[in-house]
Amino acid sequence: MITVKNLHKYFGNLEVLKGVDIHIEQGEKIVVIGPSGSGKSTFLRCLNLLETPTKGQIFIEGEEITAPKCNVDQIRQKMGMVFQHFNLFPHLTVMQNLTLAPIMLKKAEKEEAEKSALILLERVGLKDKANAYPVQLSGGQKQRVAIARSLAMNPDIMLFDEPTSALDPEMVGEVLEVMKSLANEGMTMVVVTHEMGFAREVGNRVLFMDEGVIMEQGTPDEIFGSPKNDRTKSFLNKVL
Amino acid sequence: MFDKLMADIYTCFIDKDRYLEIIRGLGNTLIITFFALLIGIVIGLIVALCKVSAEKNKKLKFLDVIANVYLTVIRGTPVVLQLMIWFYIVLAFAKNPIPVAILGFGVNSGAYVAEIFRSGIQAIDNGQMEAGRSLGLSYSQTMRKIILPQAFKNVLPALGNEFIALLKETSVVGYISGHDLTRGAYNIRNATYSSFLPLVGAALIYLIIVMILTSLLSRLERRLRQGDYR
Repeated sequence: MITVKNLHKYFGNLEVLKGVDIHIEQGEKIVVIGPSGSGKSTFLRCLNLLETPTKGQIFIEGEEITAPKCNVDQIRQKMGMVFQHFNLFPHLTVMQNLTLAPIMLKKAEKEEAEKSALILLERVGLKDKANAYPVQLSGGQKQRVAIARSLAMNPDIMLFDEPTSALDPEMVGEVLEVMKSLANEGMTMVVVTHEMGFAREVGNRVLFMDEGVIMEQGTPDEIFGSPKNDRTKSFLNKVL
Repeated sequence: MFDKLMADIYTCFIDKDRYLEIIRGLGNTLIITFFALLIGIVIGLIVALCKVSAEKNKKLKFLDVIANVYLTVIRGTPVVLQLMIWFYIVLAFAKNPIPVAILGFGVNSGAYVAEIFRSGIQAIDNGQMEAGRSLGLSYSQTMRKIILPQAFKNVLPALGNEFIALLKETSVVGYISGHDLTRGAYNIRNATYSSFLPLVGAALIYLIIVMILTSLLSRLERRLRQGDYR
């Protein structure tokens, strides 16, 4: 479903990604861990071209999105993204946050979009907040709305960029719950996170990134139980 | 003393219907200000969008260059001279100075409004653009539906200030024989050899309009701020 070949990314002279190769199957739950500055967020942001790769190829559902002629907007409709800082639209209600893109991109009529938005809000437990504005929500609620907003486009793939890092500790759980239920429904997910518990429980494959490459990958049991790479070992020692 | 004042008021404003000078002048002042601001907002928005999108897209660099030339020339020269250049050189065929003044002040104001809009757009967190794009919206759709509504709300007070500044700046249209409030007062002075009443009177009218605008603005600002805590 996602194939990445020899992905490089420079910011000025700084090489952040130094050749990432990976293939992700439909329904996989990939968890990306690693120290800060390891390039894991940049890798994720390259997947929907929020960062333009300097070199390399990315294929989504067989289509090369790094090709110059590729319609990026079309591809992005199939990939939801959840940000660390939620990035809800503050001038719109929760309902409008969810329905803006589907209506603008002619995925649905207004009534239809609102109906499915309510179903999504119910799923994340925030049906009663449909008419609230983002400022009235807690961090955890905002992130759940952000997830619902991405789901409103009915994506095939969901990308999560440290979705719980900006949350108060007591709100992390509610967001992870939503992500877990999404995983159980078979969504293809790529999650950059520092939540090792989540990585272990939900991930079917864990990537350890450091210095712009995937140092080690494997099942959660392999990575957390018997890491082979020294960098992986020392990182896990620090965070577990 | 009192009789003298009444007599002065009579000669300055009532005799030979001189108050019409003031009324007509005021009308022109307001017309020039209002339409110049409209033009200024349109030009300002376009220039600001050119500059902002040129930052993102290297291919649009030429737009940035054009915008910079415009901003430098307009902000680097006196508005009176710009007006005279429009009226006596560029549009030398024009008979009526009022439309020329509207154009001249509009083009002038556009430069200042452009900077207001640009700072307003750039003040919006980059995450808003990223969120919009990640949903599949195009750059211009995201601009229109997500960035600009937020930016516009943020810059309304600054736009109001520009409106007030523009209102006062229009007092120089007399240089291209535009008949505005200031020119009206000046004409009365020339006809009556009395300076105090017409000049101070005109100043008071400007002051009152500015005070009304200021109070409307602060009320608007308060309304907008409440919106943040809806």
